[in-house]
Amino acid sequence: MQEIENFSGRVFIGGKFDFGKREFSDDLLIPFILSKVSAGFPSPADDYIESNINLNRELIRHPDTTFLVRASGDSMINVGIHPNTTLMVDRMIETKSGDIVIARIGDEMCVKELFIDDDGKVLLMPKNENYKPIEITEDLDFEIWGKVVCSINKH
Amino acid sequence: MQNAIALLDCNNFYASCERVFDAAIKTKPVVVLSNNDGCVIARSEEAKQIGVTMGAPLFKVESLLEDNDAEIFSSNYPLYGDMSNRVMNLLHNFTPEVEIYSIDEAFLNLEPRKHSLDTLAYSIREKMYKWTGIPISIGIAETKVLAKIANKRAKKLELKAQGVLNLYRSDKTEGILKETNVDDVWGIGYRSGLKLRTNNILTAWQLRETDNRFIRRLLTVVGARIALELRGVKCLPFEQVVTKKHSITCSRSFGQTVSNYKLIKEATLYFLTRACEKMRKHNLAANAVTVFIGTDRFRPMPEAYSNSATYSSTYPTDSNQEIQEWTIQTLERIFKQGFEYRKAGIILSGLVPSEQLTKRMFEDERFQRQHKLMKAIDEINQKFGKDTVRFGSVKTEGSWKMKQTRKSQSYTTNWNELLIVR
Repeated sequence: MQEIENFSGRVFIGGKFDFGKREFSDDLLIPFILSKVSAGFPSPADDYIESNINLNRELIRHPDTTFLVRASGDSMINVGIHPNTTLMVDRMIETKSGDIVIARIGDEMCVKELFIDDDGKVLLMPKNENYKPIEITEDLDFEIWGKVVCSINKH
Repeated sequence: MQNAIALLDCNNFYASCERVFDAAIKTKPVVVLSNNDGCVIARSEEAKQIGVTMGAPLFKVESLLEDNDAEIFSSNYPLYGDMSNRVMNLLHNFTPEVEIYSIDEAFLNLEPRKHSLDTLAYSIREKMYKWTGIPISIGIAETKVLAKIANKRAKKLELKAQGVLNLYRSDKTEGILKETNVDDVWGIGYRSGLKLRTNNILTAWQLRETDNRFIRRLLTVVGARIALELRGVKCLPFEQVVTKKHSITCSRSFGQTVSNYKLIKEATLYFLTRACEKMRKHNLAANAVTVFIGTDRFRPMPEAYSNSATYSSTYPTDSNQEIQEWTIQTLERIFKQGFEYRKAGIILSGLVPSEQLTKRMFEDERFQRQHKLMKAIDEINQKFGKDTVRFGSVKTEGSWKMKQTRKSQSYTTNWNELLIVR
């Protein structure tokens, strides 16, 4: 290796490098980052401030199994899920009848209310009078993807 | 009782990640391409079955893929990195002793006294699929080398339905080792394999049964350790501690070749910006920057050129401005006119915690101002998106940008690219 003096530092020429190395950008590994919300209290109240509110901590129980998806249609409008509502989905929570779930039917992903009646019949219920319930029969390629734990609507 | 080692491997990881978010490709053959959409680097089971080989150049298999209605993706590393991180974090729900071995593999240290290994393995597999959508295979044995063999076996078709093979204190071990080629043993490379085969050691079982002094003479202590592991004696340490970053690399192949100095400089400074952001995120500062450039690997000699150079400074810094000066000087030394460059990159090294900068901060007012400025720029860019504020000398991705025509959305890392549900 050749060494060249240069300002406060030195430059080495030569050497081998592995071009094929994979790189993962760390800033993309944490699912959702919201900037801190400053309480902005005047100084006399400083003693009473415990900490800032962290929405991630309040809303996300299992960060590693929580995903965000976005609603598109109006079939769930009566439970506050509009086109463009962002849904927080936790895949670790067991789903039960009455839960709002993300489900895959064949090659489509949808958000509906899961309804299981006493006979074990499974229905996906829309929350809009204009839509009909979908009965989940044996022959359907069906999978529950996760439970919707929170809807985010901007106003 | 000796602890058991489990090796978990995400099945066809990149293809599986794509499937989690794309319901339409659940049963189709899926392949993922390398940088610049060159070769196949991941295949779903269906893609393997129609005869797509690993590393096949796209142009060679494109018609085969089309005929079979396959789905082709450019690599989406933000997605795979995020999903890998989730999988690895979740494994800690089963045991605190997890060694992350690669993006899609991890070793677990399990106590056979505490749980039934089979029950635990099936439960891990089932839960990981439910929680992340990623299917995994698990191999369990007394040592890492044996766990690797068990895992490979668990992936084989007859066991696919379960995806679990427990060889811990099992009478199946002998039969499986007899069916395993010595070259397929973890840690046996091409040359060691050749030496063993010329000595008529052809299977993992034969390697296990050979006198250890002989193996040591043939393959040194490294080979002897592998033979011992095959006998169920733990020789490879369980490494849980995440080593602190020693260097940060940012490099990429260009979508098309670049010969112009100005463009190479732009690309290099772009990589530098990304690397510096990452470095400050880890609260680190660098002592040195290495710049490397190169033409296509396959070019014949007169047109082939690659070189690298490192600038190392007396003081560490976390300021783009300073590292940019180092980078440009270094690049000027290795850049040669008249070559078609295909790759460039930078490595930040000599990393120290940025608290160590405090001393310098008090001495150097200019540096202190820069340090604050960089923090502010990072905050703005985090809030409003990559490159909202950047140095004038740094262009956003230009003609050298990676070719990624078939990339899926960044479902888990970009607010504007979330999965749409109806």
